[in-house]
Amino acid sequence: MTPQQAREAVGQALKRAAPGSDIDAIDADADLRDAFDLDSLDFLNFVEILSDAWGHRIDEDDYDELATLSSCVRYLSAP
Amino acid sequence: MAEFRMPSLGADMDEGTLLEWLVKPGDQVHKGDIVAVVDTAKAAVEVECFDSGVVSALLLEPGQRVPVGTPLAVIAPAGAVVAAPAAAPADRRRDRAKRSAPAAKRRAPAAGEPLPEPPAGPPPAGPPPAGPPPAKPPPARRPAVLSPLVRQLAGQKGVDLRQVRGTGPAGAVTRTDVESAAARGQRLRVSPFARRIAAELGTDLTTVRGTGVNGAIRAEDVRRAAGTNALPQAPPGGDGATAAGRLAGQPAQPPGRQGARPEAAPARQAAMRRAIANLMARSKREIPHYYLSTTIDLEQATQWLRRRNREMPVPARIVPAALLLKAAAVAAREVPQLNGFWVDDHFVPSERVHLGVAISLRGGGMVAPAIHDADRRTVADLMAQLRDLATRAREGRLRGSEMTDSTITVTNLGDRGVESVFGVIYPPQVALAGFGKVTKMPCAVGGLLGVRPQVTATLAADHRATDGYTGARYLEAAARLLQRPEEL
Repeated sequence: MTPQQAREAVGQALKRAAPGSDIDAIDADADLRDAFDLDSLDFLNFVEILSDAWGHRIDEDDYDELATLSSCVRYLSAP
Repeated sequence: MAEFRMPSLGADMDEGTLLEWLVKPGDQVHKGDIVAVVDTAKAAVEVECFDSGVVSALLLEPGQRVPVGTPLAVIAPAGAVVAAPAAAPADRRRDRAKRSAPAAKRRAPAAGEPLPEPPAGPPPAGPPPAGPPPAKPPPARRPAVLSPLVRQLAGQKGVDLRQVRGTGPAGAVTRTDVESAAARGQRLRVSPFARRIAAELGTDLTTVRGTGVNGAIRAEDVRRAAGTNALPQAPPGGDGATAAGRLAGQPAQPPGRQGARPEAAPARQAAMRRAIANLMARSKREIPHYYLSTTIDLEQATQWLRRRNREMPVPARIVPAALLLKAAAVAAREVPQLNGFWVDDHFVPSERVHLGVAISLRGGGMVAPAIHDADRRTVADLMAQLRDLATRAREGRLRGSEMTDSTITVTNLGDRGVESVFGVIYPPQVALAGFGKVTKMPCAVGGLLGVRPQVTATLAADHRATDGYTGARYLEAAARLLQRPEEL
């Protein structure tokens, strides 16, 4: 994934996991769970959708990498 | 001939608004089938019927608000023949006594009894061709008499007979009327609930295919269409906006043809707040709460979850909350004095454990629907139930039984944020368990200082029903169960 694709994938996944969330409205380094009030179920939905879009499995151990928009983009666009 | 009435969907509900019918006259229904969507102050709820048979008449139009107990539909015993001509509600009541055969049924898409009398509707020009003459003029727009053939045709063509001007004797709708109405193209019929969901999802209703009564668009249809189309437009950030968008719909609604406009979001928020306020005030007024708290080590549970989730595909993952709920449910079975209701000055235990789960609606209040028989489900099943319940709670698709059946409630407020939560009991229940956030805490492990994931479990219980000793047994049971997660 390119960083741009990653950003879009994160935006889409968030919108579906927590309708109404808009990544353009938050700081790239803001904690996504705080910014969009995601509980553990929401976050699992987010990961599930993101994992599908990305085409790779996202392990629980990697959840820390998905804390913010910029860390998500780094994680998803890493070679 | 059973009447399906506006159910009470919780101790705090006096009246409800019918949002949508999910059945139509002639449909077979079974006890437990979801037949309608009802709006309470707190949520849109899918309500089940309590009888089996055939829907013979719908007595209320979507959009009307009526007190609990008001008849909404008539359900005839299965096997009865559907044949009788339509009658206005007033007649229905009048000739109930005269009715000889139980098979005499009304298929009229009848408006509800609480409907005001029609404003001096023009009396029929002549005697209707069949059936007993109506004692009162039928409400405007309702044809005086409909032959079963016409009705059948209308059903096939998806024409709403109430919208068709009859040209037959006494304004009766004829086959020709139906056919020309069908040819003109039916007008968009949308349930108020569907309209709200459409506004929420930003769905163009003209692109949605309706599957409801006479082709009316139901919430389900909108969701299906939305799932294949664009994502909802995001309202500008902020919790309130999210909550409104998720639960309450947008204030700006196209006016519903059926006259029923969902309340605007702020009004809904206020109504929900009031409902919660009343119930919680009652709880604190009537229930002498006592509180207990304990810290539970979750090292085993966390490791077990981690191992298990590593082997499972992402959708089958289990979050710690599901494990906590399972422990709470099994503990309730072990300490039955906390599982049940306080009614008429004594405790009525429940044989089954229906675990109420407090679900926050994103800055817009909360609901605590039940997971039935939570103690007997596997953790994986419980997880699936929890996900389903959270999704439906936020979409406003909870079921009546889920709103009323809880025997004990759990709040897991601490999923994010706080360490512990001391809850307020939902009357008539007698206990509420709370779990805080799972955090890594320093603690003594084998004589050394270790750092392990821990959770603070709390119990608020009704001192009329139990004493602290019983409550302590409950928390001890939960703590013990969580040390053997693989057995849960």
